This record gives sequence, structure tokens and C-alpha cells, in this order.
Amino acid sequence: MALKGNLRDFTITQLLNLINLACKTGTLVIEGPGEVARTAFREGKLAYAQIGQHDDALPTILLKNRKISPAQHKFLQEKATTMNDKELGLLLVNAGYLSQEDVLDSLQAYYVDAVRQLFTWAEGFFRFEQEISPPGDKILVRVDLENLIIEGSRQLREWEHLQEEIPSLDMALKFTDRPGTNLRDINLSVEEWRVVSYVNPQNTMRQIAKATKMNDLEIRRVVYSLLQAGLVEIVRPGGAPVINPKKMFPTSDRVEQKGIMDKLISRIRSL
Amino acid sequence: MQTVKIVVTGPFNSGKTQFIQTVSEIDVVSTERKVTAEAEKIKESTTVAMDFGRITVDDDLVLYLFGTPGQKRFDFMWEILSEGMLGFVVMVDSTRPETFREARSILETFRAYAPTPFVVAANKQDKADAWELNDMRVALRLDSKIKLLPCTATKKQPVKAVLLELLYSILAEMEAGEA
Ligand SMILES: Nc1nc2c(ncn2[C@@H]2O[C@H](COP(=O)(O)OP(=O)(O)O)[C@@H](O)[C@H]2O)c(=O)[nH]1
Ligand SMILES: [Mg+2]
Repeated sequence: MALKGNLRDFTITQLLNLINLACKTGTLVIEGPGEVARTAFREGKLAYAQIGQHDDALPTILLKNRKISPAQHKFLQEKATTMNDKELGLLLVNAGYLSQEDVLDSLQAYYVDAVRQLFTWAEGFFRFEQEISPPGDKILVRVDLENLIIEGSRQLREWEHLQEEIPSLDMALKFTDRPGTNLRDINLSVEEWRVVSYVNPQNTMRQIAKATKMNDLEIRRVVYSLLQAGLVEIVRPGGAPVINPKKMFPTSDRVEQKGIMDKLISRIRSL
Repeated sequence: MQTVKIVVTGPFNSGKTQFIQTVSEIDVVSTERKVTAEAEKIKESTTVAMDFGRITVDDDLVLYLFGTPGQKRFDFMWEILSEGMLGFVVMVDSTRPETFREARSILETFRAYAPTPFVVAANKQDKADAWELNDMRVALRLDSKIKLLPCTATKKQPVKAVLLELLYSILAEMEAGEA
């Protein structure tokens, strides 16, 4: 049976667990809402990961891990047009620029981080392709999945908890009326500040997430901490509730609607 | 024939079926099935479809009461049920604080579907281990503007009172909307 389905029914953590236990070799392809992720495994260990079109050339990864300077990065990028990652890595190690450990550690950190990003994908089609191997020009690593699985299940619990606390992102936020509370005296993280600057009954949480480039998990996390701090409360977008009697009543005539309410009230009273 | 509806929601075992049964003139139509999930064994059977009760107002007007299936796996039905409702009642079992968080979550979900008024019913107040209303208000994080009412779903008077409070809120909203 081909291993395929939707992340809604089978989470990344469950998939990693399966790959780990069955010591699987192959590539897990996940088609998320905006991007496609490819994660390769050898005998149940993480070998390679790539999300969408993110630049995963070796020089860029080394720069991100501060193993090389921007000037060296520029130089290596020029080299990279004629050399693939494997050749470039070999050259760097042989020339004594970097140790083999430096190179592998940087790649591991990069791949593990890519898998971590996948934990925030709540939706997407996945399939495990035993026939697909990682790109031949890439340097592969061997990372045990256990720690990632533990991290993933922790995140999943957090995600479930947050979804329970904040079920709908189509609601808006407003500051609680607490005279005397000065925002300036409260310690907020950078993310929290970014969200705070958009707090307004006109903006839904979904819109705020879009504006601040946060995904569903990240925005919920920030809103939750603001709720816990008692700074904001969840309100209907647009401020004051506006009920729509057109849908609620079989008639659009206001007088008739009132009449229905009066009849309902006296009927219930008479029960 | 004109119809209007009120939705009764809340966690599993909070007393939704009982609430509707107490005031409905027909036997509550609910698809009761044996539930095997470990967590739901507290009760012999649970509602997997929905409860459906009726109160005839006069020759021309009927009030329907819909109870939502409490379990999360049926929440796709909630949105359909909430379409066009006059308002909703959130039932909470006052003796089971471990369900308060879920009740709060259900409340938030329904509030997001429609801007209709709602009341929270602190049910099973007849039981000795029922929480007091003030404590429940804090635990459920209910703003002082939200109506939290004592309820014993097995008795007619408190169920009537909860429905009336909801109807008063709806009327008040309509009047506020006109002003
Ligand atoms: N003592 C007491 N028991 C109640 C009350 N309301 C419901 N029950 C009982 O609680 C259990 C669950 O009620 P039910 O209406 O089936 O819950 P539902 O899952 O929300 O529909 C049943 O055994 C009811 O008889 C109440 O106000 N007081
Ligand atoms: Mg029931």
C-alpha cells in the first residue's frame, strides 16, 4: 500500500514515527497550501530536506550558520556555478577552510529546521516515494528522528490546545478596557508588538497574520499570550455585534419580527 | 407555517438532550448510538446525530430546538446547525470543571459563526458538588456582560428561565440595532 494521505488525518509527527520505526528509505513529498516540501530518509534517518524554492545551496547554508563571511559567500557562489555542493564541500574541507564537522553540522541544522517548519503545516497532501532518492549533487546527513518526534508531539499538543482556545481566526481583537494599564510598561516580544500594532476590531486575526507574515500556529501563539496577559479580548470583526434578523426570522418585516418575539416569550412563559 | 430555531450546545454529557426534552412537546428525536470511545463511556449512549425538539407557539409559528453533537468529530455539523438561528444556549456541567475549557472553546466557535445572542447555562445545579456561579464565571472567563444562569435541565422552571433570558437578549439586540 502506498503511504499517502492528508496531514489533517495523519500528522507529520506520526509520519516521522512510522519512518523511524520501519527504518524506511525514500522521499516524503508534501504538497502544502503554498509550497511543496521534500524530505529524504535513509534507513529511518533524516538525510535531506527542502521546502519549496528556498535557496539551499551549500554556500547559503554555511553563511546562515556563520561558518563563512558574506565576502566568502559571494566568492563561493561564483564557484558554485561550476561546482555542485558535494564538490564544493570537498574543496572547502581539503583546502582547510572548514572542517568536515562544520559542513555537516550546518546542513543538519538546516534540514532539521526545515522539518520543524513542517510541524506547523496543518494541511497538505503527502506521499512517501520509495523510488525517489535525494538529489545526487547534495550532501546527505544522518539525523536520528527520535528528538524531532518528541518535539513534534509537543508542538502538536500545543497546536490542539491553541485551536481550542482560539477556534476561529475570523474573529477580531480589541484591547480590554483596563484603565491604568500602560502598554509601555508591559514586556512584549517583537512578534507580540507586531500583532499589537494591528489590534483593532476592524482587523480579523487572519488579516493580522497575513500582514505580519505569520502562519496559523504563530498567530494563535501570540494572540494566546496576549489573551493570557489580559491585554486583548476576542470580538466580532467590525466592533459592536450586528445581528442579521433577515436570516433569523421567516419575515423581513420588523414589526412582524417583534411580534414573533412577543409570541415566543409568552409561549415559553406559559409552559 | 413559520419556524424559528434556537441551538443548544455544550460539551458531551452536559445535559443538552435533557434540556430540550424537558420543554419539547415531542419526544426528542435523537439518534442515540452506543459509543465505544473510552472517554465517552461515562454515559451509556451518546447523541451522534443531533437532538431535535419542538414547541408550537400557535397555528402559524413553531420554535425548533436543536442540540448539537458535543464530540469534536461532529463539529462540521455545527456551522450548518447555527445557520439562521435566533440565538444559542451553551450548556455546562457545573460538576465537571474538567469540561469548562471545552465549553469555552465551543462558545468561541459558535460566537464566530454568527453574531446572535447567547446565554450560558450552569447545568446540574441540583447536584451537591456543583460549582457556584461566580466561580464558574471566572473559570469560564466570561465577561460580566455575558448571562450565566443557574440550570437544572431535568426541571421545567429553570429551563424556561434560561430560554426566556435568551429571548430577552435577542429582543434587546433587535431594539439596539434599530436605535
Ligand atoms: N442531576 C442532574 N442530572 C442531569 C441534569 N441534566 C442532565 N442530567 C443527566 O446528565 C446526563 C447527560 O445528559 P444529556 O442530556 O444526555 O447530555 P448531552 O450529552 O449534553 O445531551 C444524563 O444522565 C442526564 O439525565 C441536571 O440538571 N441534573
Ligand atoms: Mg445528547
